[in-house]
Amino acid sequence: MGDLLNVSSSPHVRCKLTTQRIMLMVIISLLPATIFGVINFYAVSGLNSLLLILVTIATCVLTEYVFNLVLKRKQTINDLSAVVTGLLLALNFPSTLPWYLAIIGGFFAIFFVKMVFGGLGQNFMNPALAARCFMVISFAGYMTNFPLDAMGRATPLTLLKAGESVDVFKMFFGNISGTIGETSVIAILIGAIILLAFGIIDITIPGMYILTFSVFILLFGKHGFDMHFLTAHLCGGGLMFGAFFMATDYVTSPITTKGRIIYGAILGILTGLFRIYGASAEGVSFAIIFSNLLVPLIDKISMPLPFGFEKTGGKKNE
Amino acid sequence: MGDLTFKGGVHPYEGKELSMDKPIKEYRPKGELVYPLSQHIGAPAKPVVTIGEHVKIGQLIAAADGFMSAPIYASVSGTVKAFDKRMNAMSNYVDSIVIENDNNYESVEFSEVEDVTKLTREEIMERITKSGIVGMGGAGFPQHVKLSPKEPEKIEYIIADCAECEPYLTSDYRLMMEEPESLVEGMKILVSLFDNARGYIAIENNKPDCIEKVKALVKDNDKIEVKVLETKYPQGGERQIIFATTGRKLNSSKLPSDLGCIVLNNSSIMNMYKAVKFGRPLTHRIVTITGEAIKDPRNFDVPLGTNFMELVEEAGGFVDTPAKIICGGPMMGFAVSNMDIPIVKTSGAMLCFLKDQVAMYESTHCINCGKCVEVCPQRLVPSRLAKLMEHNDIEGFEKMNGQECMECGSCNYICPAKKHLTQMIRTGRQTVLANRRKKK
Repeated sequence: MGDLLNVSSSPHVRCKLTTQRIMLMVIISLLPATIFGVINFYAVSGLNSLLLILVTIATCVLTEYVFNLVLKRKQTINDLSAVVTGLLLALNFPSTLPWYLAIIGGFFAIFFVKMVFGGLGQNFMNPALAARCFMVISFAGYMTNFPLDAMGRATPLTLLKAGESVDVFKMFFGNISGTIGETSVIAILIGAIILLAFGIIDITIPGMYILTFSVFILLFGKHGFDMHFLTAHLCGGGLMFGAFFMATDYVTSPITTKGRIIYGAILGILTGLFRIYGASAEGVSFAIIFSNLLVPLIDKISMPLPFGFEKTGGKKNE
Repeated sequence: MGDLTFKGGVHPYEGKELSMDKPIKEYRPKGELVYPLSQHIGAPAKPVVTIGEHVKIGQLIAAADGFMSAPIYASVSGTVKAFDKRMNAMSNYVDSIVIENDNNYESVEFSEVEDVTKLTREEIMERITKSGIVGMGGAGFPQHVKLSPKEPEKIEYIIADCAECEPYLTSDYRLMMEEPESLVEGMKILVSLFDNARGYIAIENNKPDCIEKVKALVKDNDKIEVKVLETKYPQGGERQIIFATTGRKLNSSKLPSDLGCIVLNNSSIMNMYKAVKFGRPLTHRIVTITGEAIKDPRNFDVPLGTNFMELVEEAGGFVDTPAKIICGGPMMGFAVSNMDIPIVKTSGAMLCFLKDQVAMYESTHCINCGKCVEVCPQRLVPSRLAKLMEHNDIEGFEKMNGQECMECGSCNYICPAKKHLTQMIRTGRQTVLANRRKKK
């Protein structure tokens, strides 16, 4: 045999899971919430939510494509992460948002939050959430213009804040007002189960998040041990959506299990603080992007001790 | 389900079904045999034969050079043809003795003993030292050195590493299935060497038939027991198997004997038994020739020094042109640039792939998914270590305990960004070692 064979450093086998496949799984797991959102808001705003989803995804992918093209970088749109960002962002829009604002949001997410920092893996904030917060601040009127539900009422959390009662059952199924993707807890949970079952995310962050948040609400919610109030808070706003799809974003969450526990707890406390004591009814987005900024610190204090090391001192001299 | 294990690790495709049911077949080499002088950790052996000299099976051809070394014996009868530089599995040209096979298979007389229990410890150790046995799982650590700890009375566990956790390899499994007695007899000898030692035979639970056979053989022995391990890579790693069977934790600054343990590979133990009982030095080993590219994957009993190419032909040759050939297992073996290399004491397998899985994927940016952290049996943060190496930050690499890595390849296997984590960390470790040597 005259030809030389391929050589490389061990190991010589690789598992089939790739970044692209992970992103694809995230997209698939977002579909129940997406489909539900489009149907749910069809009555009040027609197919505008579908238009928003498509426009946002297209803007995100195009921004990344052009950015790479102009800077003569290797094309990265194949990893599908821009599609995920676009979809996540669109699901955070109210169904009534004008489509041209979706373009601004998508561009902001990919250009300012992701690409200028070096692209996938380098951003320090979740692009979709950062863009949402930017939009909420810049276009507050449009971003909080939730269509009234069939009974002509505002979002459950706003009602809850005002001290009115809400129908928890409806909130679980999602026949309520809110952003396109956040209303149906059951659709979100179906997606979450897909992600958990395929090992794309682990339960640590959402688990800790929901647990800490529940404890916070029971202690400081000013309603005592009121299960109805707690369930309404858990099902309301973007909590479930944020816990399973936003807080678990790999890039902007800690890398170790210990770090993820701390991160989840911080998320729960911050969300509770914002919701109970804050001026607005919602607090998930800001809690998550604020915690994103803490991730380098959390990582620093949660580095694992290598196998066989003692807690005190550790390494002996050779 | 109660089977012993460690934290972390991966489950690559096992591929053992290709060759696990193929009985070991004796192979007689045709052409010349090549014996590299360095088939073990430590000083290379020193040749004691001259060109043109006639040698027999079992005749010493290169003697151990000091304590940390191992002798080499002829595995065929024939004529010493040359002292030459030949390529080994790591693609280095190394000093070797070349012997032309005369196909007569004449053997020297071996001194068999009637009853091994009548031998003194010194006699046993002498027979082991002379046999040239090294860690046959791949590390090549001379066995007599392992069996000479500083404080022998502190040795509590002799662990027979029968995990064979590397995918595709079946040589240890076949050996255990076909002669489990040698393993158990070998363990008896080992346990008798130390006053306070118990023997653990640790086998992964994907070999139930094997576990049954060995269990039946040790059921009346109160010093040796079978420990069933979960099937997971790298279960057979020294630190992992010690932890799984005894709960003790070893790090890079300690030796297993510091924790009262000695870990030996099963084929090393079986050959040691033959050395003590029959006086036979190490001249043969079991080699698995397997992989999707091989027509008839098999296990062979081969004289050391045989050329791999001959064995591939004996296994039916290739189905199609192989893209990659690995000497050893897929996780820690060496990819070779050609097959013209000899079988040495540590070569357990040759693995031929039709596809090169490493070249198939492109490396992309780390997405911080944390899967490498989850699987790292050493509880390191491989992605961060690799990043430090990308920035050439050797100091940071040492600070993050990069030296604790055992290069098992689990992080590299699991990485969805397909980064070459193990390779980068390996470079880091070698740089650190080189720097330390410079300072001294």
